Amino acid sequence: MSQADLTDQSPAFQLKGSMLAITVLELASNDIERLDEQLAAKVEQAPDFFNNTPLVLALDKLPEAAREIDIAALVSLCRKHRLRTLALRASEPSHLEAAAVLDLPVLPPSGARERQVDLSSKTPAKPAEPVYRPTRVVTTPIRGGQQVYAQGGDLIVLAPVSPGAELLADGNIHVYGPLRGRALAGIKGDTSARIFCQQLTAEMVSIAGQYKVAEDLRRDPLWAEAVQISLSGDVLNITRL
Amino acid sequence: MAKIIVVTSGKGGVGKTTTSAAIGTGLALRGHKTVIVDFDVGLRNLDLIMGCERRVVYDFVNVINGDATLTQALIKDKRLENLYVLAASQTRDKDALTQEGVGKVIDELGKNFEYVICDSPAGIEKGAHLAMYFADEAIVVTNPEVSSVRDSDRMLGLLASKSRRAENGEEPIREHLLLTRYNPERVTKGEMLGVEDVEEILSIRLLGVIPESQAVLKASNQGIPVILDDQSDAGQAYSDAVDRLLGKEVAHRFLDVKKPGFLQRLFGGRE
Ligand SMILES: Nc1ncnc2c1ncn2[C@@H]1O[C@H](COP(=O)(O)OP(=O)(O)OP(=O)(O)O)[C@@H](O)[C@H]1O
Ligand SMILES: [Mg+2]
Repeated sequence: MSQADLTDQSPAFQLKGSMLAITVLELASNDIERLDEQLAAKVEQAPDFFNNTPLVLALDKLPEAAREIDIAALVSLCRKHRLRTLALRASEPSHLEAAAVLDLPVLPPSGARERQVDLSSKTPAKPAEPVYRPTRVVTTPIRGGQQVYAQGGDLIVLAPVSPGAELLADGNIHVYGPLRGRALAGIKGDTSARIFCQQLTAEMVSIAGQYKVAEDLRRDPLWAEAVQISLSGDVLNITRL
Repeated sequence: MAKIIVVTSGKGGVGKTTTSAAIGTGLALRGHKTVIVDFDVGLRNLDLIMGCERRVVYDFVNVINGDATLTQALIKDKRLENLYVLAASQTRDKDALTQEGVGKVIDELGKNFEYVICDSPAGIEKGAHLAMYFADEAIVVTNPEVSSVRDSDRMLGLLASKSRRAENGEEPIREHLLLTRYNPERVTKGEMLGVEDVEEILSIRLLGVIPESQAVLKASNQGIPVILDDQSDAGQAYSDAVDRLLGKEVAHRFLDVKKPGFLQRLFGGRE
C-alpha cells in the first residue's frame, strides 16, 4: 500500500439501512421429497422466477411435530431449483445450530404480514397499458412564483399566466389568456408536444428541452400574437394560429 | 360573522398602513364596529398614523403570550365610537407571532367586531403570511410601477394557495386591487403604468385609485387617518373605495390629468 493510501482519511464505505423486497420460502412440512416435487412444478409454471432468486428459508412455521429437518439437504434442494438461500428464519435451537454449521445468517421469526407471491401467470407481466390521464385544466390566474405541472398529459390554462409563473407538461400546453411566464411542454422528451397561446409574451418557451427566452422571442414578428410553437429537429417553430 | 380583511402588497412602502388606517376609519365612520390590527412586529407605525401612539400599553404580542387580555390591549379611537386599534410590539422580534396565537386572537376579535383589518408587513415571509392566513378578503395595495405589480402578483398567488381558506378548500379569498400613489401626469409621460395596464396584468377587481397626494403626509404627521380629511383628493378616493368595499357602485375619480381652471388655480381646487 502506498503512503498516500495510508493517509487518505476519506470514508471507504457507508452503512445504509434499506428495506429489501425478498422472497420467503415458508415450509409447512419437513418432507423433502414432496418439496422437491412441488418446487419442480412451480419451476415449470414460472421459469423466470427461479433464476438464482435470493431467498429466505423460513422454518418457524413448521408444525411442532415436523421440526426435525436436514437443513443442508434443504439448501441444496433449493439450489437445484435455482433458489439461493441467503438466510434462515428460525428460532428452534437445532435449527440455529445447523445454521451456524452452514454459516448461514439467522433472522428472527416474523410477526409482520407477508404477501403471497403470485406465480400463476406463465409469461412475464406485460408492460402496463398506458393509463388515460385527463388533461389538467386551470381556470384561475397563475401568479409569479407558482408552478403548475400536468404530469403524463396536457395542460390547459384559461386565465393569465404571470411573469415568474411556470407551466410544465409532459404533453401539450394551451394558454387562453396572456402567456407572460414560462411554458415548458414535453418535459419528459416528447418532441411532438406543442405550445398554443393567445398572446405570446412569454419569458421562456421550451419543447422537449429546446428553448427560447424572451430576448429571442421579442424579436419574433409574432411576439404578442396568437401562435403555436412546435419542434422540428432542434429548431423551435413559431407559427400564427 | 366578522369579515377579516388583510391589507397586503409584497413590496414595502406602497401605502399598506396608510390604507389600513383609512379603510378601517371609513368603515367605522359608516357605523361598522372595526378593529385595525398591526402585524408589523418590530416596526409599529399604525399607532402613529392613527394618532394613538401615546396610549399603547399592551400590544398584539402581549395578548398572544397571555400577558394581557384583548380588552386590555385594544385601544379605543378618540374620534370614533366604533373604532379600535391593536398595536404591534416595537421591542419584540417577529417570531413572537405564531399561527396558533394569531388564530386565537383573530377568532376572538371576530366575535366582537364586524370588520378586522390586518395591516400586513412587507415581504412574503412569516409576518405577511400570518397577516393574510385567516383573511376572508384581501386589499392588494399596488403602486403603478413594475416591481410593485410583480410583488402584488406574487402575493395574489400566495393568497390563492397558502391561506386558511385555500388549505380548507373553502371559497377563495376575495381579492381587491387598490392602486395608490397614482400620478396621472407621470402616467401620461409614460413614467408610470396606467390603471388599465395594472388591471390587465393583475386581472382582479379594482377597488380604487388613490392619487399621490400631499394630504397623506400631512395627515400622517398629525396622526389623523387621511380619510378624515374629506377636502383632500386622497381622502375622497379612500371614501369611494370604502363605499365600493361595502358593495356600492361608485365611479372612479382622479384618474385623469386635470387642467386646473382659473378659479381652481386661485383657490386651490379639490379635485
Ligand atoms: N397616496 C399617497 N400619496 C403620497 N404619499 C403616500 C401615499 N400613500 C402613502 N404615502 C407615503 O408613502 C410612505 C409609505 O406609506 P405606508 O407606511 O402606508 O406604506 P406601507 O406599505 O405600510 O409600508 P411598509 O411596507 O413599510 O409597512 C409614507 O411616507 C406615506 O406617507
Ligand atoms: Mg406598514
